[in-house]
Amino acid sequence: MHAILTMIIQRLGLGLITLIAVSFIMSVAIEFLPGDLAQEVLGQSATPETVAAFRAELGLDRAFHTRYFEWLGNVLTGDLGTSLANQREISELLGTRLYNTLFLASIAAAISVPIAITLGVLAALYRNSLYDRLVNIFTLSTISTPEFFVAYILILWFSVTVRIFPSISDIGPDLGFWEHVYRSMLPALTLTLVVIAHMMRMTRAAIINLLASPYIEMATLKGVPRRDVIIRHALPNALAPIINVVVLNLAYLIVGVVVVEVVFVYPGLGQLLVDSVSKRDMPVVQACCLVFAITYILLNLTADILSILSNPRLLHPR
Amino acid sequence: MNEFIKLLKKAPPTAIFGMVVITIYVIVAIFAPFVAPFSETEIVGDQFELWGDPYILGTDNLGRDMLSRLIFGARNTVGIALITTAFAFLVGCFFGLLAATLGGWVDQLLGRIVDVMMAIPTLVFALLLLTIFGTSVTTLVLVIGILYSTSVFRLARAVSMNVVVLDFVEVAKLRGEGLLYIIRHEILPNILPPLVAEFGLRFCFVFLFISALSFLGLGLQPPTADWGSMVRENATLITFGDITPLVPAAAIALLTVAVNFVVDWFLHLTSGLKD
Amino acid sequence: MADNTNTQRGTKGDVLLEMKGLKIAAMVEEEEIEIVHGVDVTLKRGEVLGLIGESGAGKSTIGLAAMAYTRGGCWISGGSINFDGIDMLNASAEQLRDLRGKRIAYVAQSAAANFNPAHKLIDQFTEAPVLHGYSNRSAAEADAKELFGRLRLPNADTIGFRYPHQVSGGQLQRAMTAMAMSCRPDLIVFDEPTTALDVTTQIEVLAAIRDVVEQFNTAAIYVTHDLAVVAQMADRIMVLRHGNLVEEGNTREMLAAPKEEYTSQLLAVRTFKKEHQLEVTETTPLLRVNNVSASYGTTPVLFGVNFDVHKGQTVAVVGESGSGKSTTARVITGLLPPSEGTIEFKGQALPPDYRNRSKDELRQVQMIYQMADTALNPRQRIREVIGRPLTFYLGMTGKQREDRTRELLTMIEMNPDEYIDRYPTELSGGQKQRICIARALAAEPELIICDEVTSALDQLVAEEILKLLDRLQSELNLAYMFITHDLATVRAIADEVVVMLRGEVNDSGPKDEMFTPPHTDYTDLLLSSVPEMDPDWLDNLLEERKRLAEEEGRVLKAADN
Repeated sequence: MHAILTMIIQRLGLGLITLIAVSFIMSVAIEFLPGDLAQEVLGQSATPETVAAFRAELGLDRAFHTRYFEWLGNVLTGDLGTSLANQREISELLGTRLYNTLFLASIAAAISVPIAITLGVLAALYRNSLYDRLVNIFTLSTISTPEFFVAYILILWFSVTVRIFPSISDIGPDLGFWEHVYRSMLPALTLTLVVIAHMMRMTRAAIINLLASPYIEMATLKGVPRRDVIIRHALPNALAPIINVVVLNLAYLIVGVVVVEVVFVYPGLGQLLVDSVSKRDMPVVQACCLVFAITYILLNLTADILSILSNPRLLHPR
Repeated sequence: MNEFIKLLKKAPPTAIFGMVVITIYVIVAIFAPFVAPFSETEIVGDQFELWGDPYILGTDNLGRDMLSRLIFGARNTVGIALITTAFAFLVGCFFGLLAATLGGWVDQLLGRIVDVMMAIPTLVFALLLLTIFGTSVTTLVLVIGILYSTSVFRLARAVSMNVVVLDFVEVAKLRGEGLLYIIRHEILPNILPPLVAEFGLRFCFVFLFISALSFLGLGLQPPTADWGSMVRENATLITFGDITPLVPAAAIALLTVAVNFVVDWFLHLTSGLKD
Repeated sequence: MADNTNTQRGTKGDVLLEMKGLKIAAMVEEEEIEIVHGVDVTLKRGEVLGLIGESGAGKSTIGLAAMAYTRGGCWISGGSINFDGIDMLNASAEQLRDLRGKRIAYVAQSAAANFNPAHKLIDQFTEAPVLHGYSNRSAAEADAKELFGRLRLPNADTIGFRYPHQVSGGQLQRAMTAMAMSCRPDLIVFDEPTTALDVTTQIEVLAAIRDVVEQFNTAAIYVTHDLAVVAQMADRIMVLRHGNLVEEGNTREMLAAPKEEYTSQLLAVRTFKKEHQLEVTETTPLLRVNNVSASYGTTPVLFGVNFDVHKGQTVAVVGESGSGKSTTARVITGLLPPSEGTIEFKGQALPPDYRNRSKDELRQVQMIYQMADTALNPRQRIREVIGRPLTFYLGMTGKQREDRTRELLTMIEMNPDEYIDRYPTELSGGQKQRICIARALAAEPELIICDEVTSALDQLVAEEILKLLDRLQSELNLAYMFITHDLATVRAIADEVVVMLRGEVNDSGPKDEMFTPPHTDYTDLLLSSVPEMDPDWLDNLLEERKRLAEEEGRVLKAADN
């Protein structure tokens, strides 16, 4: 167990270092803001005084390292600063948005993960069959399609041709759970379609890789039925690659929501990010990016640790 | 040449389909001014005119000819995606080869930097950088190019690593050959096939990525015709059951599907020939 | 349990397996190619049949066909396979599944790859007996312990509860044999079971396999490329080549009087011996490895290694995997600077790192590798491969370079007109190794380090390469440092022998002296472990070792047994 513990601690350490590096990049970013930003944000009527006040607001009149540590300290205590556009507390702004985004991603994951893995494993088992080829063409096509294309086609079918789902996700704070699910259905389906293709292809590749192992041949030559070969011999070893595939795609989901949220006017973090970018509302962009990055890093960390835990060589050292 | 024709004859229908589509796109993009019936930016009619004569695909939200913009879009969107991908490859391959051949602390340092860059989702990183630097074409190419060079770096490093450990590289080293000779004569010729395939795949990602940015209003700026923004500008039509905004989206999808089919075939070919 | 199966087994001498006109086809680059062209195999109960041949002979493919199994991309395209009255080619998938593991079992070359890394050995052992209803879990477990014991695995009672990566290669190979035995099958197919093992480990595994096959009166098909190994194991031998049968016969008879030319060639393979034995006269050696220690990172791998190579001499450095012989070569070439000691060339210390050596210092020591495949850049034509050192070291260009390249090709017995424009991928394994030799010669070196240069080649081809190297040595007065684990090669070509063990020189001396015991325990163990064609060799060896242990208290045994 000792070796595993060290490895996990190592990974956690690496994750932490990455996080610090990311936060650092976010802060440095502000440093490079061009001078005319104030003008742009404040409009043509800005006087030199208001510009100076704006710079003070961003803290640009103080030394970089002071600002960085102050900001880091604030972030750690939950204070993400205030928005330039509407002077609201960012942490307040972020709370519900983050919840909405995670809600959407969870629905998409709940639908896509089981389907993708089942279909991917089947494609690997019946390699080169008609089914496999169709799957290949389908997934290649889906991967090649922009998210907004899928989104609009779904809108065309499900809210214009047959009016089952709303084309705009009007999510308020007092929605019941199922109403929330219902109104998030189209964006969730879009995400599902986009992610399923990736996940299926990766699952298929992982399993095929595995099925070429000599110990699979050995199991067959021991007279083990095909079903048991898969369940008893392939699956325990497939765990690590499949976990990897799933987590990678979950991470993709969280980021992929940006475009989808915009299409469906879904009040999530992605929408907020895009809005803030076009307004060049730096503190909000910074906060959103940080939240996205943390989620992403945490997910990758989970994948790493889970695959360490499912490796018999590490679980049972010599 | 004969070999090439023989290969083409054996190509699966998907690959042939892909090659035909790519050829058509390239021709349209190059000869856009001659093919397009109207100008790219001129307002020629009313807003949202229906399909018909003389505006085959109708007009857009400002009254510009949809088909003409679609044709010019091929030039703009595909062109910028190509330049960006090429830039990403230049940067990624250079550093990847360097890391693989030099090893040691150079490799470590470059590896760590890329790790951190890849720990931030590309779209998020790009949005952050575009907020700071604005959305001119140059910054777009540079920012996206550098972000995508990370995965090129990883691939270039990995495939060159596979070659660097081979004995013939050691032979060249022990002969006393310099770094440049080793990279140029021993390594590069051997990693070309995977890199070419990767170029195709990366192009698709970059292309989709730029389209997504444009769709979000953060990519190519108006009045330049661009498929991503064309979808956004005309999106309201969808709610009336008009599929016009889907046409540029379909154009994007068609090209990426085509490239993917060709790359898929190419990968199959090169992996098969190795054995 | 062994007894009740013996009764259900027929009597010894009945035909168990009969393959007639067996044809196997494969898909190569989308073209159908026949790789086995109608071979007949008959196997009686309790008989051990050796299938022998070089690579591409189809021996493994035929071995697997006995289970009606083919690897990916291959299929049985003709003939019939009859196992104990069952028509295997027309049997249902269910019938085949029932036979495999229960009545026909398989032992593969690489035990490390063929055991599932996710399960303990015992779980993999008990899988087949439980699945086929041969016994229940606890009985199978008890049986596993017994079989492990019979196969002389240490800690037979507990070793099964380890995972494959926790057990050494030689032990795993025996555990796999035990697993094949778990249902007391009528037939076991052994597919090169000892090829991946060190030579000292091989002995124990061979002895264990042979004993257990005999004890349970199991029939076996023993597939190998090594005639000396098969001579110890098989009652009858089939010699195969390019998917055809060359010769078939009783082991002793065939070894005594082979009928076919090809068989005699295979038999003669280990008889080559270089004629001239060199007398060393000068006092300054060409190469002196002077008290060299080295480490990879913080792990020390070499400890005070000393030996000399004189001009025109062949020094064989022998040892098993991990003994440090290849590391020594890396230190000499400067790829791994030593932590202590020096490399002296003609009395002058060479800079430790190759990057600090002059062109001329680099030129004088050339290297030839085990895998000619990876030692040649697949994207360079032969002209460039051989021509580059000519330009680089000797400044040759144009016609001069072209002429010298052709001359070198002629020296290695390859027609310049035919080969100079080819790519390495268009050559056979032996030809590639010849090109590597030519490339080394192009630098006009005085010392060539040969790192396992014949290990990856078929035996006949390897012999040709050895003869070529020998001829070149006498013509050009070259010195060779010959790194090898194959002692037959040592016997053929060495003047001096250096035995390495765990990063140290265990023993060294002139060849003839070294092959005459007694020396250090390890040298005697290693040198006596080389299989010989004599079918009684294994028995005699085991007897001799037993005697040594009893009378002199010297236990000659591989470390992991």
